[in-house]
Amino acid sequence: MGGSSTDLDSVIGTSPDGRSVGIVTPRSAHFDEPLTLKGGAIIEGYDLAYETYGTLNAERSNAVLICHALNASHHVAGWYAQDPKSVGWWDNMIGPGKPVDTNRFFVVGVNNLGGCHGSTGPCSIDAKTGRRWGSRFPVVTVEDWVAAQARLASMLGIERFAAVMGGSLGAMQALQWTMSFPDKLRHSIVIACAPNLSAQNIAFNEVARQAIVTDPDFHGGDYYEHGVKPQRGLRVARMVGHITYLSDDEMANKFGRQLKNGKLSYSFDSEFQIESYLRYQADKFSDYFDANTYLRITKALDYFDPALEYGGNLASALARARAAFLVVSFTTDWRFSPERSREIVKAVLDNRGQVTYAEIDAPHGHDAFLLDDERYHHLVAAYFDRIAAEVKA
Amino acid sequence: MSGGNGVQRHRPDFAAIAGWINLGSSVLDLGCGDGTLLRYLKETRQTRGYGVEIDDTSILKCVKNGVNVVQSDLERGLSGFEDNSFDYVVLSQTIQAMKNSETIIREMLRVGREGIVTFPNFGYWKNRVAVVKGRMPVSDNLPYEWYDTPNVHLCAIADFERFCEERGIRILERKVLTNGKPVVTLPNLLGALAVYHFGNGRQKK
Repeated sequence: MGGSSTDLDSVIGTSPDGRSVGIVTPRSAHFDEPLTLKGGAIIEGYDLAYETYGTLNAERSNAVLICHALNASHHVAGWYAQDPKSVGWWDNMIGPGKPVDTNRFFVVGVNNLGGCHGSTGPCSIDAKTGRRWGSRFPVVTVEDWVAAQARLASMLGIERFAAVMGGSLGAMQALQWTMSFPDKLRHSIVIACAPNLSAQNIAFNEVARQAIVTDPDFHGGDYYEHGVKPQRGLRVARMVGHITYLSDDEMANKFGRQLKNGKLSYSFDSEFQIESYLRYQADKFSDYFDANTYLRITKALDYFDPALEYGGNLASALARARAAFLVVSFTTDWRFSPERSREIVKAVLDNRGQVTYAEIDAPHGHDAFLLDDERYHHLVAAYFDRIAAEVKA
Repeated sequence: MSGGNGVQRHRPDFAAIAGWINLGSSVLDLGCGDGTLLRYLKETRQTRGYGVEIDDTSILKCVKNGVNVVQSDLERGLSGFEDNSFDYVVLSQTIQAMKNSETIIREMLRVGREGIVTFPNFGYWKNRVAVVKGRMPVSDNLPYEWYDTPNVHLCAIADFERFCEERGIRILERKVLTNGKPVVTLPNLLGALAVYHFGNGRQKK
């Protein structure tokens, strides 16, 4: 559900501008202390890939954690020296003079546990066996990610984040932070989020997973040893996801019923522009993303439901939160509709918590959170001005 | 509009409202505009609370003003707020622009212990003169031409009091102002702006 395709591509296609953090280098942190996961499994030791931009001030009060959405990573802003096109997935939001201003804030991007961009995950080598984790890599949850992120924060000397921020699945992490570590963040920036997935959301995820696990190249998740990837399954999974990130109007505007070759061929080739677009995106995605990671991330989405332990009462779950919230939704987001964000807002209000809620009238559907929208970016910028004043950033 | 407040807020209006608000209480400001009133109440009465506003530009201004605001259409009611969750619910120069004026007053008294409403008094003599001359009034308090006004339910002091009387809404206090100064004599004729503080229960005779 999240960081997706259209937007990632439009960002990646852009050459770095003057307001970019510039060339960045990913780093890796190793943790020896075992992490007990919500599902019961224990990870003995693990690595987290991360990047930082800006400078941590003397009071250590200006740190901002960016949590990533579905197919994203720790590479939030800037680009890599060896590849100028490798621009971070939220580069339009984060950088000098941008809404999350790296002249004032120390921004941390982190790749989650189970990921495939440098953090320990199914495709990394299990030190115990010397083989890739594959099917043995456990199921991870949003809570687990947040727990691991908190350890990274300690390692970086950050006792309390000025803000934890995310969109979509990233926003779920920003929300979870307020419950897991209420005293370790001042603000939670929750964008295009839902307090749990609807049955329809879960259904889409299940279609995606079934496409992967029924691919003959899946080999029960241990495809690495067979020298193959379940690329066909991953392609279909990506297509399903992608459709849900866009609004009907946006798809109509962008593609309509335009034909690829100008005339119909009455065959099963891709005839409409939307078909060829989806195929292109799916190909790209299946080249760089790991199927096992995709399975686990969609599961983490399905499981997220902080109200579950409170008889479905989100306000009770959020009672321990101390952070001030900025909640943002987009009118055309049908995957995580504004109504779902309002549930979060109401739960904070019921606790007399601090919350600002904005509903951005944008045409792009769920993906809007990654795109340039003046009202959206101005709002986030104004909110970060407020945070900066508070933490003297 | 149902929220967006195009009217420039006036200090006297604020001071009258602030005068009724206990220190440290909770306030919900409906149609809070740019959040100036909430900020003023926070600074002068140490209140906490939220604004409700529909207009994008005003939401941004609220954030710049450092007040919490929830973007929402007042015409859809206050379903996001629990019963009795605020000490005061304020509707400042917004009621005349709402389609469901009666519903919002009921919602104010559901969500808050007490309500505060301010509105331009249509019974003010200058408005009456305009109407007698055969024109719709345009003034500081009613700064719109007939064709672009957000105001759909203008009322006079006498109308509002009758409305409250008929619905068992108890008026606790009233201030009537013209050019920021209190008006005591013939308020429905000489008052440009009405400020009411009300609660549940029939008005004492």
